[in-house]
Amino acid sequence: MIRLLTLLVLLFAGPALAQAPDPYAQLAGDGYAEIEAGVAGLAASGDPRAGAVLSALSDGRLLVRPSDKALLIRQPTGLVEARTGAPAQDDPSLKPVRANNRVRRTIEASQGQLNLVSPEAAKRREAADAVFKARDAAALPALDTALAREKDAGVRQAMSEARAAVLLAKPGTAESEKLAAIPAIQARGDGDAMGILRGLSADPNEAVRAAAGRGIAAIETRLAILGALQNVWYGISLGSVLLLAAIGLAITFGVMGVINMAHGEMVMLGAYTTYLVQEAIRTKAPALFPWSLAISIPCAFLVAGLVGVLIERFVIRFLYGRPLETLLATFGVSLVLQQAVRSLFGPTNREVGAPAFMSGAFDFYGLSVTWGRMWIILFSLAVFLGLLFVLRKTSFGLKTRAVTQNRRMAAAMGIRTPYVDALTFGLGSGIAGIAGVALSQIDNVSPNLGQGYIIDSFLVVVFGGVGNLWGTLVAALTLGVVNKLAEPYVGAVLAKIGLLIFIILFIQKRPRGLFALKGRAVES
Amino acid sequence: MKAWKTWSSAAALAAGFTLSALATGAARADDTIKVGILHSLSGTMAISETTLKDAMLMLIAEQNAKGGVLGKKLEPVVVDPASNWPLFAEKARELIAKDKVSAVFGCWTSVSRKSVLPVFKELDNILFYPVQYEGEESERNVFYTGAAPNQQAIPAVDYLMSEDGGGAKRWVLEGTDYVYPRTTNKILEAYLKSKGVPAEDIMINYTPFGFSDWQTEVSKIKAFGSAGKKTAVVSTINGDANVPFYKELGNQGIKATDIPVVAFSVGEEELAGIDAKPLTGHLAAWNYFESIKTPENEEFIKKWQAYKKNPKAVTNDPMEASYIGFNMWVKAVEKAGTTDPDKVIAALPGIEQKNLTGGTATMLPNHHITKPVFIGEIEGNGQFDVVWKTDKLIPGEAWSKQLDGSKDLEADWVKLNCGNFNTKTKKCGGA
Repeated sequence: MIRLLTLLVLLFAGPALAQAPDPYAQLAGDGYAEIEAGVAGLAASGDPRAGAVLSALSDGRLLVRPSDKALLIRQPTGLVEARTGAPAQDDPSLKPVRANNRVRRTIEASQGQLNLVSPEAAKRREAADAVFKARDAAALPALDTALAREKDAGVRQAMSEARAAVLLAKPGTAESEKLAAIPAIQARGDGDAMGILRGLSADPNEAVRAAAGRGIAAIETRLAILGALQNVWYGISLGSVLLLAAIGLAITFGVMGVINMAHGEMVMLGAYTTYLVQEAIRTKAPALFPWSLAISIPCAFLVAGLVGVLIERFVIRFLYGRPLETLLATFGVSLVLQQAVRSLFGPTNREVGAPAFMSGAFDFYGLSVTWGRMWIILFSLAVFLGLLFVLRKTSFGLKTRAVTQNRRMAAAMGIRTPYVDALTFGLGSGIAGIAGVALSQIDNVSPNLGQGYIIDSFLVVVFGGVGNLWGTLVAALTLGVVNKLAEPYVGAVLAKIGLLIFIILFIQKRPRGLFALKGRAVES
Repeated sequence: MKAWKTWSSAAALAAGFTLSALATGAARADDTIKVGILHSLSGTMAISETTLKDAMLMLIAEQNAKGGVLGKKLEPVVVDPASNWPLFAEKARELIAKDKVSAVFGCWTSVSRKSVLPVFKELDNILFYPVQYEGEESERNVFYTGAAPNQQAIPAVDYLMSEDGGGAKRWVLEGTDYVYPRTTNKILEAYLKSKGVPAEDIMINYTPFGFSDWQTEVSKIKAFGSAGKKTAVVSTINGDANVPFYKELGNQGIKATDIPVVAFSVGEEELAGIDAKPLTGHLAAWNYFESIKTPENEEFIKKWQAYKKNPKAVTNDPMEASYIGFNMWVKAVEKAGTTDPDKVIAALPGIEQKNLTGGTATMLPNHHITKPVFIGEIEGNGQFDVVWKTDKLIPGEAWSKQLDGSKDLEADWVKLNCGNFNTKTKKCGGA
């Protein structure tokens, strides 16, 4: 009886095997083309294990045993057979199945089809996006079934967009269907939609061409407006970085009048402190990693501030009132600090990780906003307001202002001016260190980090008006936005040059910057 | 009185002669061959060049352990040109004229190489240049062991056009604003047009050195790439600007499956500073990858990690180029039987040295070498997975076949004794 059954199975399975090659064997094959065929075959086979196998492949957890070409999946609990899900023995000869971009693209498209019926709405949405991108006609039946029972409005929309895209890409779609699909694509209104409509410009049917043309025009207008807004946003974001870099200098240079060429190195020290804090957290307490930046802020402030106080005590205090010597001495200090860090940590970049809340982007009415940049904008404003509060509302701020406005009078009132000088310089340096924490997220953590910001920081402070914090804020944002509005038209190199010329001309007209301080303190 | 003065100065002169004679005697007694190392150890380029200095020191120490060259020990002379291009020329002069080195290994950026060229010509010495560069040059005193454009840029573009590479139809050429990217992009533009890519499907963009705000540029690439045709980015971005560029790519969600980026200046060393997971699948074209499994490479990596006392130290392409250049020099010196630069220059063409990745590099008469080309995809751990390689070694071309000015030029220091022989006018001396 059993023999008969086997025979029957073989009889039925035989022709099927001859028609479609076994996708598992293809996945274990050598060339990328074969692996790709295996992925597509597996997705189309309806095998319930297809999803697990494909996600293992895309994560590099799908292994092949060289001896018998069997596929295995590495799971947190241990190895399992890919085909059956049965537990398997570990084996040092196991090699991962390799994927290149071509294979990964097919995986994404196939996963799209498989995940259309996933119980999680986010997965289904992702799947719809993948189908939209792949535009594979084979996905149409799955899409129709999924669409029929979809309840979530957002996912529904993504699915109908995907369906429209597939229909428009498929040869032989009826005219009426095409005309119905175009508005759905037009409503999406982004660059991808425009690409699809552009593809219709060679359509044999005139009505379709005309509808596509109208759609393109509508999307173009929308994209132009969005593009301008996006540039303003980028400008604000660049401005916030400039503000962060310059705000410490607004204290040391703006308020105290020290031409501090080592300012950039304070930023660099802050970034390296972040790196050290993260390293310590990684080895000692990995659970704290999402908080690593928050922990780094006070540490960076203390480290950079302490170095600042030391520089003031041992170098700058002998040079007050001699700007040229200060410039040279602090430049020397900056070189010493750079080389010291280079000797300690090596010349190569250090990796500072981004906590999950700072990576990725979200869509804000068509604007793409990256989380990291948004947090940096908020952070720079917080630092600015905090500094303003310290200078305006605390006794230390009062003393700082008194000393910088009239040193002898302040001394006569019983303020220990050298003490205030050192602390003020330390405050400016500490703020620069805090800036380093944020900049470590967007720039290289290398000994040269500070050099890239020193010129820009001086520009911002001089442009805004020396000695005026609000001026620094306005100047940073202005320079950022102007730079980013010019960049798409003239390129990054010319935009920067143009900005420099603009500032030179501006300083000719208003030597004291945007917000000049008035009064006797300035005249003396 | 006058007589005394003359006598005393004569005595001083004589003393001077004796002293210098003594000095040369002392040098001869040392019996070492001096080798110059001219890499920036401070400034912006220190990030890349310091590694090469260490690699050279390791190679020299190893050669000395094997008994040196011609029975003499090698003595490295390290100078720091501090990423300052004119200082490169000064330090090169110091190495050749004062330290009397037999050959110099050094330079990274093209501008530093251009700056030392006149010094090497004037004082007749040898420079081994270990970095991929834009070509359009062949000098009698320079040996180029890095890739020429036809050994890196052109194969990379071919790969991206192929079915395996995604069949790219639209191209973004993104580079740092200086001579290497500008020349490479000129060559690539001409090459793409010769392959039938229309001008509106090519976008060329330059950014300054150390550029860090990539938001606009990356969103431009994204917009350019959403026009319905498969788009690829060819990046000649150099140095520090790469990290923020890749971070922005990751943040704006440009995945390699949508728009692959192939880079010519990003290696294992650069990736060490980035979280590589969001970059999985982006590409790099090199003649060497650390991940390539050959016995030679495994041994080299082991020695390097032992030398650096760091089990995580990575190796990269310019290190292999230094390795090949140094060994070729050793073989040429042994073949010539002397370290005299003229004789070594004559002996070098034809010298063979095994690559770390398999195959044999040969020094060609145009002072470039034969190399295999690999395309690697970035893996989550910061290493590269080789997805394509040339089936044979590619000989380096000094003069690009794509550019009008250089198409007819030929470099041959063996038969023609000329670096820019014009095959049309049959004259040495360029276009």
